[in-house]
Amino acid sequence: MQSPKTKSIFFDQFNITTGDLEAYLSEALSRGGDYADLYFEYRINHSVVFEEQIVKSATKGVNLGVGVRVISGEKTGYAYSADLDRENVLKAARTAAFIANASSQGGKLGVPSPIDLQNNLYSIPVQPADLEIERKLRLLGEADQAARAYDSRIKQVQASYVDETKHVLIASSDGQCVWDVQPLVRLNVMCVAEENGQRQSGYQGAGGRRSIDIFEGDISPKGLAVEAARQAILQLRAINAPAGPMEVVLGPGWPGILLHEAIGHGLEADFNRKGTSAFAGLVGQKVASELCTVVDDGTIPFRRGSLNVDDEGNPTHQTVLIEKGILTGYLQDKLSSKLMKTPVTGNGRRQSFDHIPLPRMTNTFMMAGESDPHDIIKSVRKGLYAVHFGGGQVDITSGKFVFSASEAYLIEDGKVTTPVKGATLIGDGPTVLRQVSMVGNDLQLDQGVGICGKEGQSIPVGVGLPTIKIQEITVGGTEK
Amino acid sequence: MSDLTSVAERVIQRATKKGATAADVLIREEDTFAVTVRMSEVETLKQAISRGMLLRVFVGKRTAASNSSDLSDAAIDRLVDETVSMAALTSEDESGGLPDPSLFATNFPNLDLLDSKWETLPPEQRIDLAVRAESASLKADKRIVNSEGGGFDYSRTRTVLGNTAGFVGQYEGTGAALYAAPVAQSGNGMQRDYWMSVTRHFSKLESAEAIGLKAADRALRRLGARKVSTCEVPVVFDPMSARSLVGHVFQAVAGDSIYRRSSFLVDEIDKTVASPNVTIVDDARLPGGLGSRPFDDEGVPTQSTPIIDQGVLRNYLHTAYSARKLGSRPTGNGSRAATGSVTIGPNNFFLKAGEYSPEEIISSVKHGLYIVELIGFGVNGVTGDYSRGAVGLWIEDGKLTYPVQEITIAGNLRQMLRDFDMIGNDLTFFGPVASPTVKIGKMVVSGE
Repeated sequence: MQSPKTKSIFFDQFNITTGDLEAYLSEALSRGGDYADLYFEYRINHSVVFEEQIVKSATKGVNLGVGVRVISGEKTGYAYSADLDRENVLKAARTAAFIANASSQGGKLGVPSPIDLQNNLYSIPVQPADLEIERKLRLLGEADQAARAYDSRIKQVQASYVDETKHVLIASSDGQCVWDVQPLVRLNVMCVAEENGQRQSGYQGAGGRRSIDIFEGDISPKGLAVEAARQAILQLRAINAPAGPMEVVLGPGWPGILLHEAIGHGLEADFNRKGTSAFAGLVGQKVASELCTVVDDGTIPFRRGSLNVDDEGNPTHQTVLIEKGILTGYLQDKLSSKLMKTPVTGNGRRQSFDHIPLPRMTNTFMMAGESDPHDIIKSVRKGLYAVHFGGGQVDITSGKFVFSASEAYLIEDGKVTTPVKGATLIGDGPTVLRQVSMVGNDLQLDQGVGICGKEGQSIPVGVGLPTIKIQEITVGGTEK
Repeated sequence: MSDLTSVAERVIQRATKKGATAADVLIREEDTFAVTVRMSEVETLKQAISRGMLLRVFVGKRTAASNSSDLSDAAIDRLVDETVSMAALTSEDESGGLPDPSLFATNFPNLDLLDSKWETLPPEQRIDLAVRAESASLKADKRIVNSEGGGFDYSRTRTVLGNTAGFVGQYEGTGAALYAAPVAQSGNGMQRDYWMSVTRHFSKLESAEAIGLKAADRALRRLGARKVSTCEVPVVFDPMSARSLVGHVFQAVAGDSIYRRSSFLVDEIDKTVASPNVTIVDDARLPGGLGSRPFDDEGVPTQSTPIIDQGVLRNYLHTAYSARKLGSRPTGNGSRAATGSVTIGPNNFFLKAGEYSPEEIISSVKHGLYIVELIGFGVNGVTGDYSRGAVGLWIEDGKLTYPVQEITIAGNLRQMLRDFDMIGNDLTFFGPVASPTVKIGKMVVSGE
């Protein structure tokens, strides 16, 4: 196995020493906190936008900083410095230390000893930060052409490419010290179709923790463009969506956003530790039909939601959330696992150095079942078949969640028929999976474009789903 | 502040030296304090100063942008050089360039953005505000059994903008938010809600106790919520939920949505697009307004722009770029994205208050729904198709009755705007986009 780097950029280029790490952690614990950690981040972002058949803009971003966290009991102190100047980092450490009760004795400080990671989930030929812009422009040009060639009713095409190369170094007072280099790329195509004064849009994107080569082999820009154009054209003949409860079949892949909203957030340990989640206290109980086994897995190579280590330095895991219908566990970060006295699961994540880590999802999906997807559709007399979704949201406390279909069809007498306009589906997290009556054998993970928001922090995530049938869920259309 | 100005000048000089024919740079420094409390104890305390540089360069009609949190000379010089090189690789765009130099002003009114009173509050008092807000919610009723917490956020932000046309401007503002989010419980489940006060001025901050009580009331009235049968009824939105409707109008009149023809309000200028009750403006010059600013993020002086005047669409909102694309004038809505590029953002974008009290509006409804929260993203800005999850209270014979949840409301924004039958007199700002209570004549409620 090859490790990501034999040495971190923070040691090599920014001249951080283990002595520095010890000094900063020691300052952070100077008022007697139980635990402290440092999160160094150096992130390079690029984007290129192709629109109206020209290269509209190119951007580059550089972010550098270190976040210092001090935990004292259930309290967290946090501060950061937007440069690595020794005095500024020490000042941030003192500010974070303010949280601790000066009367307590203070946690012990383990000397951070850097270790190389054993595995690399994203071993790539060249980091996105080092790519030539010409390669990106070629992909966008191909996408634009393919979308316009698809149908003369496609009037607007916007193709964009974004990448990120994030170097992190995480050191903690319990002696942990790890680093990682985390690549991320994404290509999006958006089309507007126009006919007789009516306009419709279509969207498709893909990506992962890869380099640009993902779009030069596995995923073609042309394929994404054709898919975006197809959706826009299809919507021109979509009829109003139905309103009311009905049988719904979800297609494989991205509709896994159902799991993310309905159960994923509700199983994040912070909400359960505080008792504010509708799932609090339900471990060991039946929350889904026996057909449902749901996992969160941050260890799948090259996936958008995967990480070698989470943003607290712990290796990611495959965590079983629901096993054959029974709720088995929560997604933990360090703070919640300590307070709940359960093992960490490698789900402590943060947007960047200026944010406090929280328990978050990685790649969340349902294991494949045994049904043939065609049989699932054939089993429905009157219902909805939803294959593409926009975003979703959940109210953790009441458990009610929504996710919005952007491509859906009526099912009539076991056949997929007319496309319907976008509609929001609404359900109850702790009970919706009891309604799952068939699970397909066609598990797919999504294309790698998911963004999850929580407490103002956005992070990349993945979802996945086989084709499933939900006996009843409320569809929010306009046709009564 | 002078050090930020000198950084801006350094960036502009460097860009010019490296071959940029025009450039503008925005530098923002933010001094932030945030505390969250839960069950009367401090949970998190965060304090820091952050800085960011947002640069845009032009090489002829080609452009590139960049951003950096690292303002050291070496980092800036390297990034400026790279940005100029990147610009050379993009395409010529006839509409590109800085705003017309004749637009840049030198004198700006005092918009009352800064309140130095906040600086006299030591951390202990700031923490105490959050503790008091949350405690008031916890003590309000014995069914308030838990809490997502309370919090106080404060920031003091300095903004400096400089460009190659010789414009250098700066302004400074404060902003704070105090909130509480209690959890109520009854035999059939938990409900949470929140209330907050957001302001630039200490004297305008609602009392911690009032915030806590209002939050508790909002959570308590949701207890026992149930579904209703699918129906078509009048829907009343409280100001907290109605502001999202006004936000959808903002997206639809943003110049970039218009030139991309991805808005349901394309080709509608001077046409009736809403009920005559509807007047919407974007006013950047409201004294002390949360979205007020003297000039926008590309240096254009801000203004008050009529958007919808008694139902008639009057203007789209523009940056210099979208204005050139559509043969119009910039409206002072330039806003820097995190990448450094200029996009279109709202100033104080709001639906003007009407004549009715919220009670009068509710009492006008025989059977209908009063919305207190909307969730999800089921809004298609291109077509106006609208379908979102909702939480509210059922209205029967003009009175609020039982709480409702796990339902959606659906329609199309084109028709919804025409059905704005009554507008409340209770315009409330929780952010730059704001609304009073609104009644929409009919929408489809999907439930059981």
